[in-house]
Amino acid sequence: MTVPVLQVENLNVDYRLERQWLNALRDVSLTINPLEIHGLVGESGSGKTTLALALMRYLAPNARISSGTISLDGDDLLAKSPADMRRIWGKDISLVPQDSLASLNPSYPVGDQIAEVTRRHQRLSRRESWRQAVEMLRRVKLADPETVARRYPHQLSGGMQQRVTIAMALSTQPRLLILDEPTTALDVTTQAVILDLFRELIRANNAAALYVSHDLGIVAQLCDRVTVLYGGEVMASGPVATLYRQPLHPYTIGLLASLPRPTPGVETRLPAIEGAAPSLAERPRACVFEPRCPAAIPLCAEVKPALEKLPDGRLVKCHRWREIASGAVQLPTAPVQQTTSAPPRQRTVLQADGVTKRFGESNLLDQILGRASKPVRAVDGVSLRIRERSTLGLVGESGSGKTTLARCIVGLTTADEGELELLEVPLANALSQRSRDELRNLQMVFQNPNDALNPYHTVGQALARTIRRLSAERLTDEDIRQRIAQLLAAVRLPAEYAGRYPAELSGGEKQRVAIARAFAANPALIVADEPTSALDVSVQSVVLNLLKDLRARESTSYLLISHNLDVVAYLADWIAVMYLGEIVEEGDADDVYNPPSHPYTEALVSARPVPDPAARQKIIRLEGEVPSARHLPSGCRFHTRCPRKLGAICETEAPPWRDAGDGHFIRCHIPVDELAELQAGPPDSKHEDR
Amino acid sequence: MLRYLIRRLLLLGLTLLITSAIVFALTQLLPGDVARLILGREAQPEAIANLREQLGLNDPIPQQYVNWLIGFLNGDWGYSFGSGNPAIRPLVMERLGYSMRLALLTLAIAVPLSVTLGVIAGLKENTWIDSAISLVSLSIVGLPEFVTGLVLINTFALGLGWFPASATVSANDPIDKWLPQLILPAITATFVLTGYIARMARAGVIDELRRPYVRTAILKGLPYHQVILKHVLRNALLPTITVIALSFGWLIGGLIVIENVFSYPGLGRLLVAAVDRKDIPLMQAVVMTIIFFYALANLIADLVYALLNPRIRLE
Repeated sequence: MTVPVLQVENLNVDYRLERQWLNALRDVSLTINPLEIHGLVGESGSGKTTLALALMRYLAPNARISSGTISLDGDDLLAKSPADMRRIWGKDISLVPQDSLASLNPSYPVGDQIAEVTRRHQRLSRRESWRQAVEMLRRVKLADPETVARRYPHQLSGGMQQRVTIAMALSTQPRLLILDEPTTALDVTTQAVILDLFRELIRANNAAALYVSHDLGIVAQLCDRVTVLYGGEVMASGPVATLYRQPLHPYTIGLLASLPRPTPGVETRLPAIEGAAPSLAERPRACVFEPRCPAAIPLCAEVKPALEKLPDGRLVKCHRWREIASGAVQLPTAPVQQTTSAPPRQRTVLQADGVTKRFGESNLLDQILGRASKPVRAVDGVSLRIRERSTLGLVGESGSGKTTLARCIVGLTTADEGELELLEVPLANALSQRSRDELRNLQMVFQNPNDALNPYHTVGQALARTIRRLSAERLTDEDIRQRIAQLLAAVRLPAEYAGRYPAELSGGEKQRVAIARAFAANPALIVADEPTSALDVSVQSVVLNLLKDLRARESTSYLLISHNLDVVAYLADWIAVMYLGEIVEEGDADDVYNPPSHPYTEALVSARPVPDPAARQKIIRLEGEVPSARHLPSGCRFHTRCPRKLGAICETEAPPWRDAGDGHFIRCHIPVDELAELQAGPPDSKHEDR
Repeated sequence: MLRYLIRRLLLLGLTLLITSAIVFALTQLLPGDVARLILGREAQPEAIANLREQLGLNDPIPQQYVNWLIGFLNGDWGYSFGSGNPAIRPLVMERLGYSMRLALLTLAIAVPLSVTLGVIAGLKENTWIDSAISLVSLSIVGLPEFVTGLVLINTFALGLGWFPASATVSANDPIDKWLPQLILPAITATFVLTGYIARMARAGVIDELRRPYVRTAILKGLPYHQVILKHVLRNALLPTITVIALSFGWLIGGLIVIENVFSYPGLGRLLVAAVDRKDIPLMQAVVMTIIFFYALANLIADLVYALLNPRIRLE
């Protein structure tokens, strides 16, 4: 029998808060075998990062391991002295952190920071360790590693920074890698490449890994086994294939069911896990999931279920798993079809024509120094149209200009060129020239609800301010109170939330307040920039359902910006794909995600991790980084990375718009029929099947 | 970086130009007629009128400003109204030399001391060591300089006799004569600065310790001293540099009280004397000199900051 690389048994971690010890992790057990990638999933507050760090014996100053064992290759870690741990950290266990920019020292070249590890643990000379660092950068597939090694963190793109942290973690060939949400901040295309790299390097190094993530899709595609954590306890654990195919715990079932997915031609609603994860001090005594569990029975509130081991080796902690397994208890596992549907209307809410925004026009000093540079064309002649009660989904990698376009529309950024029309009336580009009515009709919901709400205003004050400022007639206090109650009810928050401050709300509740504020003005169009990307999946489904309901009821339209194609597919009926400031494809949501599509869209769709371990995904990997918008590629802007590049024509001539029918347009040199054929056919040498 | 340097130099020039205009305008607002000030109360009206003409006081104000500025830039700083009407430039330069000596000595004592204290307090945040350092350094800052200065004179000069009580240096003193004289004034100024610099260093260390890259360094298995010295301090002390540079400006021109307590012939005392005598050309020259050093110290701080910070250096 093989010795597991990591074995954790009955681990308990406590935090000291206000003079008392609170249990953060309770009786957690975890085994990771050689070559295994073990997924650890859970919402924020579930304790997954605490666990990941605790098993390296890295704890916050106010935390302690109160009981349990951790062994690495059969060696008891809890018996080690701090000096011993410093010989283990970076050598036998390495961490690939979540935020790679913040995790690198801004003041040293990245090569130096990688070399430091081998200098420490392998006693390599300065020159030798540098050579080794460059070699590691080559292994993580960075082009021109000698140059990259001399760069500072801020000079690298997000994907490159992440590769540097991977190179750093792997440079001593550790036994165990702890990967803490390492791809959360990356584009899907970059993420796909990085995940390939993990697989390859973990195998090559004969290592094992713990992969912490909230993304069930990544876990399905990357991991061999998975442990589901909730409220500091293991809810379920087992091989990925069985856990996804036949989830037995109501929490796992809920998580999987709440994932948005494309449902062509059918209007659906996501099953949601209501409520929020409990705080440390408020964790239920018995089953921690009981207050949010749709299958809870009185027993669940009284007796804590045991973590039971099933005959096939799976673990599950639920009183009712047998009934769930036998089908006696049925829980929703997929989006439910919606009976009432509210299709878009023909009237145009917003029309944009040739919107262009340039940044970095050179100033006088630059011209004197002869350094006048070409401005960045962030948005370059974009036209689009949004109909009433519809959602236009705008997708593209970071740097594609989608956020700038959205800001031009709401007026936070003034477009340099182009015409806007709101409700079929011309709209000024500059915010200062827009009327109050126009401001009222265009609202925005931001990505991070924590930054969007003033921490010193109660929810009621925040809503009242918007109502008062954007209302045409004078309102009495009573009118405003009623309107606030209405709005809170619409986003399904209790009326007493009007008196609360943002700090008293969870992330999902804050985003609902932000949405309520956007609706406070009865807008015609809401621009939502990544409205759910800062939220947990269970909360995301609540917010997505809410947006869908409000669209039907208030006849509002959305411009939805997201890097998550599934979110876009769930909510949007029309999709525009942006690349380097241009729209390269647009059409009905069902059409865009299926062949024929622009090679860029095809790559985006294929890079999206599907939350089904059995899915055989066609993988198209885009080479290199998005080029700088300062030096736009000639011809087709996508030619430098296009896996379906035809030849010289792509480099010299801008591609034409090709009509694929029903308003579906693709900007590509390849004719639509050929694209359809290529994309339906067997993958060629550039693609591989997994 | 070159671009940054040029921009900062242009900005320095602009700052000095604007402040020179303000200084000139303010001195114009002072009550009293310059010619009468020079000639005394009993002077004949004709003599005053002649002198006014001679000094260009009948020209329009902007013209006077331009003439003054051109003269100033050419090194013609005029003559003091004081006894013997000495030339201003050598006088200011001599006093500047003394101020510079005291400023550099103070920094040599204050910077290592306060940075060390601040870093220790930051590393031991919320322990008794942190509280003790913060309490002592802040309560000393609160004391006026004439109190600390007099206490020091009483104890170390009059009581123990280790150092001279006053610092009436002159130009040709050898170093073993003037250096002991400067010790007590330098310590008094150090008392004022330590609190500020230590607070800044403490805040920087606490800020940086919370950053994820520190965790990365620890989890590389690096020894504690290497984590702190190489990773934390390099970033934590950047904001402190600005504070140190600003205090250099203060040490050159702002030590009026300390210079008085120790009878030290620095720029601060010269300025007070000029104001007392309504010696307008001297006032203008001293103020411009002080402003120049403030601006220069700021520029140097920004350049050092940029040099140590790759995010700015490589812009």
